[in-house]
Amino acid sequence: MRKLVGKGVPKIDGMAIATGKPAYTEDLVVANALVVKILRSPHAFARITFIDVAKAAALKGVECVLTYQDVPKQRFTLAGQSYPEPSPYDRLILDDMVRYVGDEVAIVAAVDERTALAAIDLIQVEYEIFEPVVDFETAIGHPSVVHPEEDLHCNFDIGMKKDQNIVSSQRVESGNVEEELSQCDFVVEETFYTQANAQCMMETYRAFNYLDHMGRLVVVSSTQVPFHAKRMLARALKMPAGKIRVIKPRIGGGFGGKQSSCVEIFTAAVTLKTGKPAILVYDREETFTCTTSRHAMRLKVTLGADKDGYIRVVDIHGLSDTGAYGEHASTVFMVAGEKTLPLYNQTKAVRFMGNVVYTNKMPAGAFRGYGATQGTFALESAVNLLAEKMGVDPAELRLKNIAKEGEPFRGFKGGILESSALNRCIETGKEMIGWAVKYPRRSVSETKVRGIGMAVTMQGSGIANIDTASAEVRLNDNGDFTLLVGSTDMGTGSDTILAQMAAEVLEVSLDQIIVHAADTDVSPFDPGSYASSTTYVTGMAVVRAAQDLKQQILEEGAKFLQVSPEEVAFNGHTVRMTGTDKMISLKKLAERLVVGPVHRQLVGNSTYGSPVSPPPFIAGFAEVEVDKETGKVELLDYVAVVDCGTVINPHLARIQTEGGIVQGIGMALYEDVRVDSKGKLLSNSFMQYKIPCRKDIGTVRVAFKESFEPTGPFGAKSVGEVVINTPAPAIAAAVYNAVGVRITQLPITPEKVFMGLQKNSTRS
Amino acid sequence: MQIEFTLNDQPTVWDVSPDEFLADTLRKHGFLSIRKGCNTSCCGLCTVWIDGKPTLSCTALSFRMQGKSVTTIEGVAEEAAEFARILVAEGAEQCGFCSPGFIMTVLALKHELAAPTEEEIVHYLTGNLCRCTGYMGQMRAVKTYLGVTQR
Repeated sequence: MRKLVGKGVPKIDGMAIATGKPAYTEDLVVANALVVKILRSPHAFARITFIDVAKAAALKGVECVLTYQDVPKQRFTLAGQSYPEPSPYDRLILDDMVRYVGDEVAIVAAVDERTALAAIDLIQVEYEIFEPVVDFETAIGHPSVVHPEEDLHCNFDIGMKKDQNIVSSQRVESGNVEEELSQCDFVVEETFYTQANAQCMMETYRAFNYLDHMGRLVVVSSTQVPFHAKRMLARALKMPAGKIRVIKPRIGGGFGGKQSSCVEIFTAAVTLKTGKPAILVYDREETFTCTTSRHAMRLKVTLGADKDGYIRVVDIHGLSDTGAYGEHASTVFMVAGEKTLPLYNQTKAVRFMGNVVYTNKMPAGAFRGYGATQGTFALESAVNLLAEKMGVDPAELRLKNIAKEGEPFRGFKGGILESSALNRCIETGKEMIGWAVKYPRRSVSETKVRGIGMAVTMQGSGIANIDTASAEVRLNDNGDFTLLVGSTDMGTGSDTILAQMAAEVLEVSLDQIIVHAADTDVSPFDPGSYASSTTYVTGMAVVRAAQDLKQQILEEGAKFLQVSPEEVAFNGHTVRMTGTDKMISLKKLAERLVVGPVHRQLVGNSTYGSPVSPPPFIAGFAEVEVDKETGKVELLDYVAVVDCGTVINPHLARIQTEGGIVQGIGMALYEDVRVDSKGKLLSNSFMQYKIPCRKDIGTVRVAFKESFEPTGPFGAKSVGEVVINTPAPAIAAAVYNAVGVRITQLPITPEKVFMGLQKNSTRS
Repeated sequence: MQIEFTLNDQPTVWDVSPDEFLADTLRKHGFLSIRKGCNTSCCGLCTVWIDGKPTLSCTALSFRMQGKSVTTIEGVAEEAAEFARILVAEGAEQCGFCSPGFIMTVLALKHELAAPTEEEIVHYLTGNLCRCTGYMGQMRAVKTYLGVTQR
């Protein structure tokens, strides 16, 4: 019987962060830190032909002005990925080429913000302006080449053809798509567009740093990837990684954005130059303009099915826009195929191919869902189209075709899908939304129609064979435990659920576990929290480290009792010889081990990486009301039924799901990163870039259908990313079912629905 | 310039510059619960009370606090903790960065509206954005706190 795993315990840091205690990066800044500001390019594509910083540098209170002439020239990537990174090394700290509106031109550090901003205005720059590549569909073969430089480096062959603005060219296939399509009784083909989205974590990007008593660079950053940030800084600054320490305090949200280290390099450059502490805080405008967004994509999907109702062909041709730099370019695109092709398991031929291109816009990067979101919108919209063409219920089509537990699974290269409750998720979701009575539509008035629609999705849990996390659990002198991990709780509650796992194994209470994360000088290595890895990968490392420690406690307890380890049991308080009164308390044992005569502090260790990335699944159902006069879509109800394996903490998993669904609703209905014809961002505040508020989302209802994943800790899989994937295709289907307008280009705005209604009425 | 005002029930005299905003002034004086999320009066993170009314401190000029009463979450610690316990029990603080401003609005709601309907609650809280929770858990916590029957 589990005591802590499966319990909705409050987060261990909850009260402090909820009531505003100082816990985030800016709250912890050291005294007298220089304030760093960045001069940015007003042009989408240009070369700096002249730059004069003399007046700025002479301003009282200015400590340092850096241009491309003053920083190391070693190309690197901001993408916080395991080494060797698949993202190209295509950046310099500062470059004489600027590649998007907002690209960095100069770094200024001054005693206060006012002085730094005044100095920025005194820098004189002249540019040779080039024609920018703005529309990603014109990037390949565009006369402008975004990255002409010769020293750009790829760690792998990702299919780069930089003279054509192609970052990555990919093709994966199995079976003969054309041949199988010719055998199909039903074929549908449609092209879908997913837009760029901004992560919009509430705490914008920020970092400060200082030199410690040994002259090492200490970076305190709101980052999802402390170890990767350390390695990136070492490369870019041409200094040994051992001279850098990265500390992660509490994080005010990340959503993948803080997997790219957007600000640390600038504060570090200032501190190395001046020897003084420095802080850089991006405001919301800079966060919108000069960080990363979701990759916009065009995805053409062809599906084929036979008359028996089996989907036999999935063929996706894509084009992805990575913007000015290639952070996560090849991998986000790859995942769009990786998490869609295996979903339906009766296929005879599948293919995913296409290109990722450079353009002169803000770079794309990691954002919750990481390509699976884009791929799911396209695939699931196409499946809804196929169901209509076949004249079958889209829920039934899915139930018939999805990969089921125990089946050979394409996602594991033919290995067995050990855990899936997706069929139960679909059945439960249908009941919750009232599919039987509401599908496909009901008129509620002369002008308003309600429709429902659905979609299913899968993600992964960590990156198979790459993500490797270590954990340590230490028995302290007073009999409590310190759990050391390098994962990065960004509000998700991962510190809490990892403590729940450790406490469960050790059979102790949660308050006996002190969680430390993350500090690269102290924490065991962890890639960081991304790719839905922490519960599954770090969680398994924690379980094994705790088991290791428990075994050591048994052995040392037995030694004290002068019996064999097989003869004793540990109940969280005492080690006792089974069936006798012979015992020693944990407190006493700890004291003897650490400060007493034994001289052996116990530390449990584990390093874990998984050969598979087991998929969590979701079935999502939307009910909308569409106003036929205006095209306005109101979301009334959203039902998400989740299979994340064993639910470690039901309250935190529910909130993760509700939050992800609402972020997905934002993508479906409201959010759109827009630029003008010159490449200048038009959506640089919450006034132009609308994220959902309380009034925009109707009701979101969540249920869990547990499966048991044998490779996961206590049977758990991931939940962090999969939750964002279903709203866009499910809401698009609901709108179609309501009024017959099929939106293939996100977001689903009233204008698009209205224009679709007009087109339909002229046609009929 | 010098302003005299009441801060968390304490008479306070501070020097501020004429173009300084209250959020920055408060943070400078160590009130680190004040967070800025947008600078455009959209997100609600920086909410404090001015003469008891929830107000966005990122766009309130500090000198205008002359003679007024300003309350931050530090000044209503017990009342805030009472609601925070309910919020945290739901898991609905998530990253926590928006929580202080949200809590200040929830407490003001409780003072201002007797027996609010669900629609009134949503309307009152609409100016407080949250990117983590999807609002549902916050709503459950607010209803529990106010004793509104769950749907």
